[in-house]
Amino acid sequence: MLAQFLQFLFSGVTVGATYALAALGFTLIYNASNVINFAQGEFIMLGGMLAVYFTTAGLPLPVALLLAILIPAIVGVLVEKLAIEPVKGAETVTLIIITIGASLVIRGLIQVWLGKATFSLPAFSGDEPIQVMGATLMPQSLWVLGVTAIVVVLLWYFFNRTLSGKAMLATSYNPLAAELVGINTGWVLFMSFAMSAALGALGGILITPITLTSYDVGIMLGLKGFVAAVVGGLGNGLGAVLGGLLVGILEAMGAGYISSAYKDAIPFVLILFILFFMPRGLFGGKSTDRV
Amino acid sequence: MALLEVKDLSIHFGGVKAVQNVNFSVDSGIVYSVIGPNGAGKTTLFNLITGVYKPTTGEIRLDGEAVHGKSPNELARRGMARTFQNLQICMNMSAVENVMVGAHLRLDRNLVKAALRFPALRKRDAEMRNEAAGLMRFVGLDKFADARADSMPYGALKRLEIARALAMKPRLIFLDEPAAGLNPKETIEVDHLVRKVADSGVTVVLVEHDMKMVMNLSDRILVLDYGKKLAEGTGEEVRRNPDVIAAYLGAHA
Amino acid sequence: MKNTTKGLVIVAVILAIVPFVSPNSYYTDLAIRMAINATIVLGLNLLIGFAGQISLGHAGFLGIGAYASAVLPTHFGWHPLLAMGAGAAVTAVLAGLVARPIFKLKGHYLAMATLGLGIIINIALRNEAQWTGGPDGMPVPAMSLFGFELSGDKHWYWVVAALLLVSIWASLNLIDSPFGRALRALHGSEVASQVVGVDIVRYKVAIFVLSAVFASLMGSVTAHYIGFVSPNFADFFHSIELVTMVVVGGMASVFGSLVGAVLLTALPQALATFEGWETVVFGAILMGFMIFLPKGIVPTIAARFGKGE
Repeated sequence: MLAQFLQFLFSGVTVGATYALAALGFTLIYNASNVINFAQGEFIMLGGMLAVYFTTAGLPLPVALLLAILIPAIVGVLVEKLAIEPVKGAETVTLIIITIGASLVIRGLIQVWLGKATFSLPAFSGDEPIQVMGATLMPQSLWVLGVTAIVVVLLWYFFNRTLSGKAMLATSYNPLAAELVGINTGWVLFMSFAMSAALGALGGILITPITLTSYDVGIMLGLKGFVAAVVGGLGNGLGAVLGGLLVGILEAMGAGYISSAYKDAIPFVLILFILFFMPRGLFGGKSTDRV
Repeated sequence: MALLEVKDLSIHFGGVKAVQNVNFSVDSGIVYSVIGPNGAGKTTLFNLITGVYKPTTGEIRLDGEAVHGKSPNELARRGMARTFQNLQICMNMSAVENVMVGAHLRLDRNLVKAALRFPALRKRDAEMRNEAAGLMRFVGLDKFADARADSMPYGALKRLEIARALAMKPRLIFLDEPAAGLNPKETIEVDHLVRKVADSGVTVVLVEHDMKMVMNLSDRILVLDYGKKLAEGTGEEVRRNPDVIAAYLGAHA
Repeated sequence: MKNTTKGLVIVAVILAIVPFVSPNSYYTDLAIRMAINATIVLGLNLLIGFAGQISLGHAGFLGIGAYASAVLPTHFGWHPLLAMGAGAAVTAVLAGLVARPIFKLKGHYLAMATLGLGIIINIALRNEAQWTGGPDGMPVPAMSLFGFELSGDKHWYWVVAALLLVSIWASLNLIDSPFGRALRALHGSEVASQVVGVDIVRYKVAIFVLSAVFASLMGSVTAHYIGFVSPNFADFFHSIELVTMVVVGGMASVFGSLVGAVLLTALPQALATFEGWETVVFGAILMGFMIFLPKGIVPTIAARFGKGE
């Protein structure tokens, strides 16, 4: 009984870490520009797919992984320059549609270039499962959780202790005021898309040895990441992380105890539930419109 | 009994007490102005009375009926209209349609009848279009009769809002800084317009900074400062009140 | 004659001529698909273009209608018309239940909720294989009206053309009515529409339910016409295709809906041999239009010539 529970918990927390990274990505961009970047999921997909491509092309693992994070970051910046900037200040509907368009372009290009097959990466430190109280834990899970934890701490440090980080936070609270005190809000936007994409890509790389990757994993991962961001309270970093873990765990528990066929539906039932009863999420603040 | 009664009205936004224990009443048929320095809480007070904000404490009564906490569309049903300091015009529609929207509650809103083009509905709509055009003439916008809202200048749009509010055939109209952003000539025109509106039988509650206009038009004036009632009375009484003078001009005036 | 009446007559004439100039079945079939999409997009445009809301899961409603027409006659012996009505009823209830709480929120939340709903419906259709035939889909019995069985493009063309024409007429009427103006005002300024008495949430719910029911009915029609349904019909990409049609043809434009539907129904056919490129092209179209032609084709052209719509 306990073993089974732990098993679901482990897999839930592992995939939850990926959702957390995706949710952080959404949060970064939302805070910098009030845009919900529906292309976030594709950055996750790019991370995994590019890592596979570069390792099979013969590049050493660290180089391949670095490229698999750098290139999506560049793609992220391109999305910002080509899709978001031209329509600064447009209606929400417009922005949502544009980012969906960007996600289609990215996914389609990968499909054309790398095909529709499923790929995997070798686990970073082997496949030998670790026994914990009757449940098995894959070493790769430890990588996922460990790296995510380090990244979250680094991000916390960046936003709370460095000047650039604080500049980004300031921009999210009031872009105009930030500009007036000399913060380069264009740079902030640039950085948030780049970081967001890098975070997503990292998550995609880490999880590929466990859940595999293909050209269309982005949709579901991205959407679930968005669910996590909303659950935690859109715009709140801590909420994003906790939201991600929560969504991952609930999904795994639901799939294990209730029905595995409806596994993918669980996050969406959760989001409807949250939107009905707690739309601000766990940590979201109240907002009032000035009229 | 006054048309509008406000008792001990307050609203707190976190630590900010934007409006504190404000009391006043407005009799039917008069022009009642609310003035005060910037940030005194005038627009917040408007938003409270017109249902855009919910009060933290206090009562608002319209014709004796308690209406605090009701939503704007419920208040519209009870004959309350308003215009906005920051224009709220539907730029996706024509000028006439904006005015016609004001008459929303007076028309048949049935979806099925509309889709099937019931003759009675079409006829009423055509009549309404004429009435809207008439209202545009009333507020001085005849030359924009066929214009789209997004092609009209700022001053014209301010009047369009008034026309829209009048289309409701309201008992009570709240004008939030109708002369804001207008040059002296336009301000005088708005002054005349407000007089016309008041003369047509509608009770007018006005927020305005232009003192000449306020003194010209108002039967009674409420002065707010820091969200609190500073003074109330006729133009003469308020003008002489030392607290009012101090608030506007500084304590050494 | 008003511009819109002229437009209606032109469409009617085109619809009447098509079957006679169509070289073969392939083109008639294409025309039928275009007309079906146009009707769905009309309903969706009322929601997105006129009322300024969004639905990223509309294909889910198509699926409910389509599968109602498949499952109820096949497994329960219902008459197809009754099944179609049941599909529409279920859709109306579902849309109404979801809409009420959601429309109290704004923008992204609405997008997310509609997206989630669409995905849940799609997963359910895929999983309940014993009723729905699972991922492979299932056949749909023919529709019969007053004992006359409708089959093949010869019959269906006229049914679909008539439905489209009536929908255009009804939409045009709706837009230029108090209800329609309230919707458009809602898009223009929610606060302003509130203070003139519009019950915002009720109107948003009403238009959402209306456009969902449109979709459900046309889903049933599609199911009977093609004779087969599969879960792909109700997937996310299909929802996006529909939104693209609205965007390209023109948000808040009745005739734009037609143009968008015609162009983007033809496009996949043209790209049929370039599989992955279809996705890229759709994405590029979405982006390109939102940046360069945000009003869509018809309103942009109309503005150029100084006419109103």
